[in-house]
Amino acid sequence: MASKAQRRPLGLSILIYGFVGLWFILAAFPFFWTLWGSFKVELDFFSIANWTNAITGERTKATYDSAFTGAAYHGAWVQEEFWRNVINTFMVCFFVVLTSLTIGTLGGYALSRSGYRYTFWLLITALIFRAMPPITLVAGYLLPFFEWNVWGILPTTIIVLVAINQPFTLWMLHSFFQNIPKELDESAKVDGCTQFQAFRHVIVPVMWPGVITTGLFSFLLAYNDFAVTAMLLSESNRTMVPAIAAFLGTTYTEGNVMFAVAAVVSATAPLFILVMFFQRQIVSGLTAGAVKG
Amino acid sequence: MKHRTFFWFFLPTGLAMFLFIALPIVSVVTQSVFAPHEAVLKTVENCTPLVGCTTETTIDQEATREIREAQPLGRFVGLDIYLDRGHLAIAELGEAWDTAETWGDFWDRLFNLPLYRALAFTLTFTFIVTPMLIVVGLMIALAVNSLHRHLKGLMIFFSLLPMIVTPLIGSLILFWMVDSRGIIGSALVGLAGDPNFSLKASTGLTWVMLIVYGIWHSAPFAFVVFYAGLQTLPKDQIEAAQIDGATRWQQIKYVVVPHLMPLVTFVALIQLMDNFRVFEPVVGFNASAHATSLSWIIFNDLGGETRQLSAASATSVLTIIGVAILLSPVLVRTWRDFKGK
Repeated sequence: MASKAQRRPLGLSILIYGFVGLWFILAAFPFFWTLWGSFKVELDFFSIANWTNAITGERTKATYDSAFTGAAYHGAWVQEEFWRNVINTFMVCFFVVLTSLTIGTLGGYALSRSGYRYTFWLLITALIFRAMPPITLVAGYLLPFFEWNVWGILPTTIIVLVAINQPFTLWMLHSFFQNIPKELDESAKVDGCTQFQAFRHVIVPVMWPGVITTGLFSFLLAYNDFAVTAMLLSESNRTMVPAIAAFLGTTYTEGNVMFAVAAVVSATAPLFILVMFFQRQIVSGLTAGAVKG
Repeated sequence: MKHRTFFWFFLPTGLAMFLFIALPIVSVVTQSVFAPHEAVLKTVENCTPLVGCTTETTIDQEATREIREAQPLGRFVGLDIYLDRGHLAIAELGEAWDTAETWGDFWDRLFNLPLYRALAFTLTFTFIVTPMLIVVGLMIALAVNSLHRHLKGLMIFFSLLPMIVTPLIGSLILFWMVDSRGIIGSALVGLAGDPNFSLKASTGLTWVMLIVYGIWHSAPFAFVVFYAGLQTLPKDQIEAAQIDGATRWQQIKYVVVPHLMPLVTFVALIQLMDNFRVFEPVVGFNASAHATSLSWIIFNDLGGETRQLSAASATSVLTIIGVAILLSPVLVRTWRDFKGK
C-alpha cells in the first residue's frame, strides 16, 4: 500500500502516461507502418495523392483486386534472389558466433584467472580496439586480400568479423568469469586436474548463461554489420544488409523501391523474434558491464 | 595461472586480434604515406616525309606495369596525402586564412573542404546526440519505472527495437517515412503549407533529421542501463528525502541522479565511441550531399571502381587519432586507478 506521500497527483500521472505513450509510438510505430506498407504497391506506400491510401490501399486494390499484395516480397525474394543473401547472412552469423565464442571463452577465462599485470594491459588494448571504427581497418585488409586471392568470399569475412568481435567478447566474458568463484577450479586443480581439465569439467558446465548472452551480441554484430561486409564481399556472396544497400542504388531508378521495403521487413523479422525470446538476456548483457561500474 | 597456460589459452583470440586488428593498423599507416605510381610517359617523335615531325606523348604500358609490380605499395610521398586538399588541406586553409575578410567567409571556405565538412558533422552529431540520448533515456527510465508491472515488460520489449535493429535498416525505415510522399513527410508538407517542402533539401534540416535518428537509435541503450540502475536504488534514501520534505523533482535531482552517475559516465563513454563512427544513417538517409562523416569518407574512397586506398588510409589514420583523443580522458583515469592500486 503506497503511503500518501508516494501517491502521484493526477497531473503527474497523465504526464507520465503521455510520455510513455509518445515513446511507445516513436519506438514501435515505424516498424508496424513499414510492415503494413510492404504489402502495398509503391503508389500507396509513397502516396502523392493522399496519405490515407497507404492505410486503405486504393491503388493496390485497383491493381491486384485486394488491399494486400505479396508482390514486393515476390520481387525481392524470387526476382532479385534475396534468399541467397539470407542464406549468406545466416552462414556468416552462425560461424562468427561459433568461432568468437570458442576462442573468446578461452581468452576471457584466462584473463579472469591470471593475476599478472599484463592482463590489465591486454584488456586496455582490447578497449582501444573496441573504440576504433571497424571501417578504419578495411583499407588495411584490401591489398593483402587481393594479393592472396581471398577477397570476396565468406570465410575471409567471417574471420575478420570474429577478430573485430573479440575485444567486446573478451570484456564481457572476462567480467562474467570473474563472477564464477575461483575456488571451483582451484579445488579441481588440487584434485589433480590440469588447468584445461578444470576448465573443461568444472567451468564449462556452469558458464552457459554468460556465453549465451555474449553470443547474442556477437550475433547482432555480425548480423548488423554493413561497413565490413559491404567492402569485403563480392556481389554474389553479399549478406542481407549490403544487398539492401545495393537494392537502393538500382531500385530508385527502376521504381522498385517496394523490393527494398520487403527486404527490409524480411531482415527485421529475425531481430524481432530474437528480442521476443531473449529480452532478458539482452537486458542483462547491456547492464552487465555498467552496473558493476 | 602460469604464464605458459595463460599463453595457450589466450593464443587463439590474441592471434585473431593481432592479425586482423593490429597488423591492419600498421598496414593502414604504411599505405597512408605511399601514393599510387603515376603512369610512365614516353615521348615518341613521328616523322613522316613531306609532312614533318610530330611529337606524341603516350603511356608506356610496360614500364608502368613493371614499376607497379616492383613496388606494389606505390611511391613514398611522406605526409603529402595528409596535407592535400582531400584531407588536412593546409595550403587551402592558409589561403582562406589570409584572404578571408570575415569569420563567416573563412568558415564557408573551411566547410567546402571535404575533411572539415565531415569533421564538423561528425563532432556536431557526437556532441549533440550523446547528451540528448542520456536525458531522453533517463526520462524514459523514470517514466517506465513508475508503470504497472505488466506494462513494464511490454515497454522494454518495444523500446529495445530501435536499438537492436540494423542501423542501415532503421535509418531506411525512418527515411521512407520522412520522404515527401511518406507519412511524416506529407504531414510536414501540410504543416509547412509548402508543397515543395522537403527535409532532404536543406543542410540544416538534414542534420536535424540525422540527429533525431541518432537519439531514436541510442536512447533505448541509455534507458535499459538506467532502468537497471533504478532497480538498485535504496528505498530508505528516497524515504529519508521524503521525510525531509523534498519535492519529487528534488528527490530526482539529489537522490536518483547521483545514484545513477556512474552509469551516466558509462553510457556517455560507450555512446561517444559509437556516435563518432556514425556512418550507416548517412547512407540510409541518402544524406551525403548535406552531411558526411569521417567513416563515410573512408567508405566512399574505398568503394567504386577506383579504390583509393591511400586516401582512405590517411582518413582512417586521422579518424583513429580522433578516437584516441576522445578516449584519452578514460585511459588516463584507468591508468591512474591502476597506479593507485
